[in-house]
Amino acid sequence: MAEVLVYVDHVDGAVRKPTLELLTLARRVGEPVAVALGNGAGDTAATLAEHGAVKVLTHEAAEYADYLVVPKVDALQAAVEAVSPAAVLVPSSAEGKEIAARLALRIGSGIITDAVDLEAGDEGPVATQSAFAASYTTKSRVSKGTPVITVKPNSAAVEAAPAAGAVEALAVTFSDQATGTKVTGRTPRESTGRPELTEAAIVVSGGRGVNGADNFSIIEALADSLGAAVGASRAAVDAGWYPHTNQVGQTGKSVSPQLYIANGISGAIQHRAGMQTSKTIVAVNKDPEAPIFDLVDYGVVGDLFDVVPQLTDEVKTRKG
Amino acid sequence: MSLRIVVTVKYVPDATGDRHFADDLTVDRDDVDGLLSELDEYAVEQALQIAEDADDAEVTVLTVGPEDAKDALRKALSMGADKAIHVEDDDLHGTDAIGTSLVLAKAVEKAGYDLVISGMASTDGTMGVVPALLAERLGVPQVTLLSEVSVEDGTVKGRRDGDAASEQLEASLPAVVSVTDQSGEARYPSFKGIMAAKKKPVESWDLGDLDVDAEEIGLEGAWTKVDSATERPARTAGTIVKDEGEGGKQLAEFLASQKFI
Ligand SMILES: Cc1cc2nc3c(=O)[nH]c(=O)nc-3n(C[C@H](O)[C@H](O)[C@H](O)COP(=O)(O)OP(=O)(O)OC[C@H]3O[C@@H](n4cnc5c(N)ncnc54)[C@H](O)[C@@H]3O)c2cc1C
Repeated sequence: MAEVLVYVDHVDGAVRKPTLELLTLARRVGEPVAVALGNGAGDTAATLAEHGAVKVLTHEAAEYADYLVVPKVDALQAAVEAVSPAAVLVPSSAEGKEIAARLALRIGSGIITDAVDLEAGDEGPVATQSAFAASYTTKSRVSKGTPVITVKPNSAAVEAAPAAGAVEALAVTFSDQATGTKVTGRTPRESTGRPELTEAAIVVSGGRGVNGADNFSIIEALADSLGAAVGASRAAVDAGWYPHTNQVGQTGKSVSPQLYIANGISGAIQHRAGMQTSKTIVAVNKDPEAPIFDLVDYGVVGDLFDVVPQLTDEVKTRKG
Repeated sequence: MSLRIVVTVKYVPDATGDRHFADDLTVDRDDVDGLLSELDEYAVEQALQIAEDADDAEVTVLTVGPEDAKDALRKALSMGADKAIHVEDDDLHGTDAIGTSLVLAKAVEKAGYDLVISGMASTDGTMGVVPALLAERLGVPQVTLLSEVSVEDGTVKGRRDGDAASEQLEASLPAVVSVTDQSGEARYPSFKGIMAAKKKPVESWDLGDLDVDAEEIGLEGAWTKVDSATERPARTAGTIVKDEGEGGKQLAEFLASQKFI
């Protein structure tokens, strides 16, 4: 069976969940061969093997952390040349998309970004995407070269599928461009202890209706009672009430959880773009005309300062 | 020597309109009003600020698109850009990101540049890959997704807020930069700016001017193919209740019925 390259997103050897989802999708199209780069690359092998990687190509070098994007493109290109895969799958993070695009151009291949599903097809893998703030679903394929496809988080289930996961060193020669953009400083984002926004099964979001940074504690309390991630509308972020890393929408994160709870959010098209594909949508808003109610499975017209704390208490009681 | 800044901008269908696909599965541009992509306004703004801080700089706005795309250029000129270039050709219809990056790269090279500034993504295609592709094609550093940017002594510096960390980046010019909507509000065109824009030069180039082959672009030249586009079925109307004091409890009941609690 043809091999499929999967680019591994990891932090010092800890594999992030979207990569494991990619392994599930990769197995539909071929045999997954993982490519892990940078500090801790070798430590990813056990997890990747558990989820279906037949091989793990690794390369550790300081360049991956010290320079932006291009060293990773060089490495992935080397992997493509070594393996001649049927497709290359990359997680759809901002960086993932940039790596994938440059790789595609170099190897003369078409690129599809932000796929939400992937199937095998007669003429190569068929990717499902959402368009126009998720009001359309499209099916596309790459018609030239080796398909390079980036896939959004939460697009497939993580499945155990034990495979060999044999570690092999990848030989990489960095290009002249590799050291073009230097990373002169890095401040890791502080962990909140909550699930990652894009990976969470439940997201609880607050908007302008939350009316102040301090009030976000109400949203956080509900999120914690459900084991959820916290999101925010751009209005709440622009007001300085919540960090931009938590913004949901066109210029923030795109989320697709099992459950999305929007509190004090009107449901503007740019916000919908980032949450419309959620499985179940619930909203609390005091305006019965708010467009968010067009999307909901269940909506409460009311003041969030009454409804949300009552909900949180009830969740806690029911969970015991 | 003068700092030559080229800002790439896109003319897009208004996101608040009823956007849809045409019969050939390209974006329908006829039924929805177009405008300068809001995310490119941030790029124009940062270009103008960098130009204002430099001793001597010139800001050129560049677009690839149909006749109406001139509106996007006018808007950028009225914000304060010095001149504009419009790449227009019937063969461009249906061009994908890879093809667009080719046309932009050729145009940027022909115009002459020290710094290219783009928005973080278009508001219609939303791929966010054109700046990276442009850097790859031009063979210059990619300094992208910046929420803060400055240029000094031939070096561009900026802050990139990523998922795992916030990074400080640095590269020598020439370079390709993209900025996010966190980089600072874009200015509104003043009345004076709007009047002045009418007299600013807008050059028109076609593919012949750029030595781009028709086979390399357009729907036929695209390296990806859209097989189908279907409207997402409207979500089935949900239950809406008015809070009469028990709204939170009712919501909890719903969540329990869906096995979330
Ligand atoms: C290029 C571009 C990109 C954008 N990207 C994004 C993006 O990524 N994400 C995003 O979210 N937006 C984005 N926006 C902004 C978007 O258009 C909206 O302005 C924004 O989503 C509004 O946020 P909101 O719903 O919190 O605020 P509003 O629209 O002001 O809505 C607040 C809601 O809260 C309700 N409310 C008020 N008080 C209470 C209360 N006590 N109890 C219950 N309900 C209450 C009100 O009825 C109202 O419906 C973008 C815009 C542009 C132009």
